[in-house]
Amino acid sequence: MDKYETHAYDVVVVGAGGAGLRAAIESSARGAKTALVCKSLLGKAHTVMAEGGIAAALANNEPRDNWQVHFRDTMKGGKFLNQWRMAELHAKEAPERVRELESWGAVFDRTKDGAILQRNFGGHTYPRLAHVGDRTGLEMIRTLQDRGVHQGIDVYMECTVRRVFVADGRAAGCFAYWRESGRFIVFRAKAVVLATGGIGRCWEISSNSWEYTGDGHALAYWAGADLIDMEFVQFHPTGMVWPPSVRGTLITEGVRGEGGVLKNSQGQRFMFDCVPELYAGEFAETEEESNRWVQDVIAGRRPEARRPPELLTRDVVARAIRREVREGRGSPHGGVLLDIASYRTPEAIKKKLPGMYHQFKELADVDITAEPMEVGPTCHYMMGGVRVDAETQESTLPGLYAAGEVAGGMHGANRLGGNSLSDLLVFGKRAGEFAAHEARGRPSLPAINEDEVAAAARQALAPFERTDGENPYALHEDLRRMMHKYVGIVRNEEDLKIALDELGNLRERARHVKVGGTIQYNPGWHLALDLANMLDTSEAVTRAALVRQESRGAHTRDDFPDSDATWGKQNVIVRKKGEPMSVATEPLSEMPAELKQLLKGG
Amino acid sequence: MADDVVLKLYRGDAAGGELVDYEVPRAPGMVVLDAVHSVQAMHAPDLAVRWNCKAGRCGSCGAEVNGRPRLMCMDRLDKYPPDEPISVRPMRTFPVVKDLVCDVSWNFEVNKRIPPFQMREGVEPRFSQAEADRVQEFRKCIECFLCQNVCHVLREHHEQEQFCGPRFLVRLAGLEMHPLDTADRLPLIHKQFGIGLCNITKCCTEVCPESIAITDNAIIPLKERVVDRFYDPVKKLFRVLRGR
Ligand SMILES: Cc1cc2nc3c(=O)[nH]c(=O)nc-3n(C[C@H](O)[C@H](O)[C@H](O)COP(=O)(O)OP(=O)(O)OC[C@H]3O[C@@H](n4cnc5c(N)ncnc54)[C@H](O)[C@@H]3O)c2cc1C
Ligand code: SF4
Ligand code: SF4
Ligand code: FES
Repeated sequence: MDKYETHAYDVVVVGAGGAGLRAAIESSARGAKTALVCKSLLGKAHTVMAEGGIAAALANNEPRDNWQVHFRDTMKGGKFLNQWRMAELHAKEAPERVRELESWGAVFDRTKDGAILQRNFGGHTYPRLAHVGDRTGLEMIRTLQDRGVHQGIDVYMECTVRRVFVADGRAAGCFAYWRESGRFIVFRAKAVVLATGGIGRCWEISSNSWEYTGDGHALAYWAGADLIDMEFVQFHPTGMVWPPSVRGTLITEGVRGEGGVLKNSQGQRFMFDCVPELYAGEFAETEEESNRWVQDVIAGRRPEARRPPELLTRDVVARAIRREVREGRGSPHGGVLLDIASYRTPEAIKKKLPGMYHQFKELADVDITAEPMEVGPTCHYMMGGVRVDAETQESTLPGLYAAGEVAGGMHGANRLGGNSLSDLLVFGKRAGEFAAHEARGRPSLPAINEDEVAAAARQALAPFERTDGENPYALHEDLRRMMHKYVGIVRNEEDLKIALDELGNLRERARHVKVGGTIQYNPGWHLALDLANMLDTSEAVTRAALVRQESRGAHTRDDFPDSDATWGKQNVIVRKKGEPMSVATEPLSEMPAELKQLLKGG
Repeated sequence: MADDVVLKLYRGDAAGGELVDYEVPRAPGMVVLDAVHSVQAMHAPDLAVRWNCKAGRCGSCGAEVNGRPRLMCMDRLDKYPPDEPISVRPMRTFPVVKDLVCDVSWNFEVNKRIPPFQMREGVEPRFSQAEADRVQEFRKCIECFLCQNVCHVLREHHEQEQFCGPRFLVRLAGLEMHPLDTADRLPLIHKQFGIGLCNITKCCTEVCPESIAITDNAIIPLKERVVDRFYDPVKKLFRVLRGR
């Protein structure tokens, strides 16, 4: 085979979003020689798109807030399936991580007395999201990026990792290619951190970018690490639905946090009828009460009224919207209406939601200060992922770590808005810290087998060798449509079995995908390779969804519409153990009594 | 066909290239990036283009559409005459890598030379929204580099060695006006970053998709600070006497 570059590091971090950057900063601050590898340019990762805010119990807007309430909200939102220790560490450490970001130069919106302003979001009892208008992710990634470039981290931009090497039962490095030249690179490393984000490109309607092809999920699976909670895929209730060009593009939950309400085509606020038992009595029961809450929040008073039902968790709101549309009360293009114009002044809307204003004006010819938005569910976030140790973020494969969206467990069956950005910082830091620690304890670099490198290279080049075969774009579209149809918001056994068959067919077709052109910056080739990750990730989701015979959080089965107490104590684990992929259940670990006590309050 | 659009896309690499015609169907609300994606799916799978968010938030998709610097994901096809082809070329100021992708790595190198934020010691980080507003304008920058692309100091005069370009003057302004920052970057702004080379043509401001008032709010105030520090004889004398 051709020559390839080889680099040696203590720690290689794959992914330069919030989690990867934070991990790399920590790892290099602790003296580990660190590489940061990413598919796009630095600063363009998904984190840059985050809008609404970062959740942390700073208690700036509401002195009653504390980590205990944040912990309870997170567990409740996750329908108690979360790895409790992760939820606990997250709630405890998020405030410190946010303040640290501020000390690195982040400029959040301010309260009247000059502290970090916090806004309301679904499932959070108190205003808890530190934010910058509706561009919080940009603030976060820029702050981390500017911090990171002065730390001696080597950054490999536009470089895609295809395989994690394993030697003597440990992660030993990875195989990658430069997108620009197509040349191969081998990273030798004492520890590898996956921070590759999500899998949303497997669905037709998605808020996610081309990067979200489940790379980290597949890399971990191929290397033999466990995946957890793969059945839980979050559909965000409010994506754009019209025009087709922007279908799926996100509308931040911040719109509802700032007072926006949902209505059907008959003008009804349908969310009032949708409050689940778990949240009974916690939400406003009349429009009048809900409006009072909005007025108090706008005026900066502590609201006496209960919050509007639009701020229920995302799984609940997404299902309600789906129901309205199915039952014929949808908007002209198959969504429902999100109205903020009737509740806030144009000035306030432009100030607090400038990105949304701009996005609708430019792309949909809608002025959100005067008209409602048409919205519908869009595939948004992956709760499931690499199974990690809560303290260290190490996967079940020694030396392989995972943090951020690619890691599973923290959010259980449903993630609360704002809990991802905080997750990235809390667990990114931990992953970097423990990976560096691990590397320090290992005097020599593990060996990498030349044959494995050659095999990885051959596999990567195979699509160029086929003279006839399919276009990778067509196959990708078919995969996305199929997953949307059979493994979407509401599932059942019959559909899931069809999906498995279809995945088999798509897999066969993928073996014959051909690409033209040269190896230089060739997106068709890149996509052809990504199909392998997407197929395995999609299969993991489908198999896990088939096994969980109940409805919980983001996983809804119309053949098992209720939650089941036994299933509520089990996680589904996917791992590679021959063919087909193995799916097992494992009991949740027992929560200490003092944490259980916390769940009772409120 | 009437509801098709003809794109003239630059195909080529560092060695050279040409505009190639592609025809793809129109759909309501379509943006230039959608049309480019259709070309990839239907005609040229190996066509190189950068994008991520498709919502004007990541700054990946800058290009020259009919000769004007634009974010392809925010550029509606229906703003162009329906019966004329639309040309798309990579940003001219940077070397072409392939097709619509160019080598913007110089920008990342400049960024590394900017001394980082330095937090004031021993104070509670408290400041007003008005103070925040001032720097938040600069922090909106999505690093699309369209301003770098149009600035004549870089585009025509190739002063990359002497001048950091409007994007980084914006970043420097964001640091210099940060209510909690203590580092002094004025000597660098004056010398290495070459603020004097900017002659306030405002071309950068015109193309900024984030509507940052680059010239008025970032560059001119920085220029004033530089003048105060380095050219005002009275102040200069003062500083010498005070030993700074
Ligand atoms: C539109 C939108 C708005 C959101 N708003 C919020 C919000 O307000 N609050 C909140 O908490 N959450 C929000 N989220 C969710 C949150 O932004 C993401 O979950 C989070 O940013 C993921 O961060 P990450 O660090 O895990 O991954 P990312 O930021 O996605 O970074 C992944 C990195 O991995 C790299 N990568 C992937 N595969 C490979 C590979 N094979 N080789 C090399 N590199 C690779 C990518 O290039 C990228 O650098 C939002 C999400 C979206 C889509
Ligand atoms: S105003 Fe200055 S920085 Fe902006 S384009 Fe003109 S010369 Fe360049
Ligand atoms: S200042 Fe404006 S034009 Fe320049 S890089 Fe930033 S967003 Fe783009
Ligand atoms: S794709 Fe992100 S700005 Fe265009």
